[in-house]
Amino acid sequence: MISLKKLLPGLSLLAFLAVWQGLSVYLHSNTLPSPQQVAVVFLQGCQSGQLPYHLGVTLLRLVISFSIAMLLGCAIGIVLGRNKKLDAFFDNWLVIFLNVPALVTIILCYVWFGLVESAAILAVVVNKLPNVIVTIREGTRALDRDLLEMARCYHFSRRKTLVHVIWPQLHPFVMGATRSGLALIWKIILVVELLGRSNGMGYQLHLFFQLFDVANILAYTIAFVAVIQLIELLILKPLDRKSQRWRR
Amino acid sequence: MTPVHIHINSKIYPTAQKPTIANLDLSLEAGEFICLVGASGCGKTTLLNIIAGLDTDYDGEISVGSQHTAPKIGYIFQNPRLLPWRTVRENIELVLDKQQSPELIAPLLEVMQLTEVQHAYPERLSLGMSRRVSIIRAFAVDPDVLLMDEPFVSLDAPTARQVRELLLKLWQQRPHTVLFVTHDLREAIALADRLVFLSAGPMNVICEITVPIARSERNNESTVEAFRQQLLNEYPAIKQLL
Repeated sequence: MISLKKLLPGLSLLAFLAVWQGLSVYLHSNTLPSPQQVAVVFLQGCQSGQLPYHLGVTLLRLVISFSIAMLLGCAIGIVLGRNKKLDAFFDNWLVIFLNVPALVTIILCYVWFGLVESAAILAVVVNKLPNVIVTIREGTRALDRDLLEMARCYHFSRRKTLVHVIWPQLHPFVMGATRSGLALIWKIILVVELLGRSNGMGYQLHLFFQLFDVANILAYTIAFVAVIQLIELLILKPLDRKSQRWRR
Repeated sequence: MTPVHIHINSKIYPTAQKPTIANLDLSLEAGEFICLVGASGCGKTTLLNIIAGLDTDYDGEISVGSQHTAPKIGYIFQNPRLLPWRTVRENIELVLDKQQSPELIAPLLEVMQLTEVQHAYPERLSLGMSRRVSIIRAFAVDPDVLLMDEPFVSLDAPTARQVRELLLKLWQQRPHTVLFVTHDLREAIALADRLVFLSAGPMNVICEITVPIARSERNNESTVEAFRQQLLNEYPAIKQLL
């Protein structure tokens, strides 16, 4: 017999759809189409190939910018966490970059480098990078000194120390940066696409906004949220489980 | 088996008023088991960290075997310092040289009675078992010198005795040079070839005493206790260290 606890997520989703349906019937307005209308628009978008194409373009930008931001952020975060002098030197830079509004970075990148793909990616990376650096730096500061001493005493190479001693301790911080990164980056990418690209979800949403096409806006949003959920379920959660298997 | 020579002119911590160690000279013969006995906080762990190369901020010289290569150190810390995300076997394999075969681990696990838990993670082990894993790890590197920093502290008496006996069994099979820190005089007498008593503030050698009891007699508690009483009577200064 299926327990109530397992049924709750499904029931909650059904309740959400019911409220949405009720509101759309009550308002009877184009500003809030019913779930059924959105589903029809979603299927039409899939059949025409428009939705998968623009979703794919945005996802490609997300993967590239996310990978660059995470790799660079982890490397810089570890270095700053391990080197007090460098950390003291760059700390103010981090505070500045953390507080520059995303929109300003995007506009400046487009003004300085033109409305090109690399400027779009750079704008996203510059927005996400400081968050990753700060998170990983805090993780590096919290590293267990006893284990690092053990590694030194037994002449672990730098690579062995990083892989077997440092990285497993940083894992929760990296996962935190990954989850917050995915949530942040895809929102920034939409703005980047809205302001300076001729394809992708942001560009399409801008188009639908001008046409006041709320059904398509919701269909694209649901598609993207579903993809992010799939990434969480198929990649992040299994990774988490694998890396935490040593815990009781 | 490797001889060790320690000469420390001075070791001062940055915030301290006076040196923790001053003018300390100590030599260990190859394969010798020495117990350092001193009061808590006198600088015994600092000395071990200097020998292990973990503390390089001192004035002096440490010589372990030939000076051509970095000495191989086996360090059994007070806290076992096992990597919690690696199994018992992986924790040991990680310290091996590329030239060393992982097959050498099996007999060590057997002597320490850990074969059955070799694929378990450290969180599932008792403290006594974790200590035994850290002992195997230290022996596995085939060290020039074995450093042991109160490895039986916070173990209950029967477990401490069991681990001590297993340690001795392993050491008799592989007689490395050992520097063992403790402030338990009975434990020191049961283990050491030579006892070195250390003063505090700054740390220095008060006296060195060779244990005259044969190894086969060390399990006899009354023999150990009689020698302990004899030491306390002959060297009253020792009482302040315990």
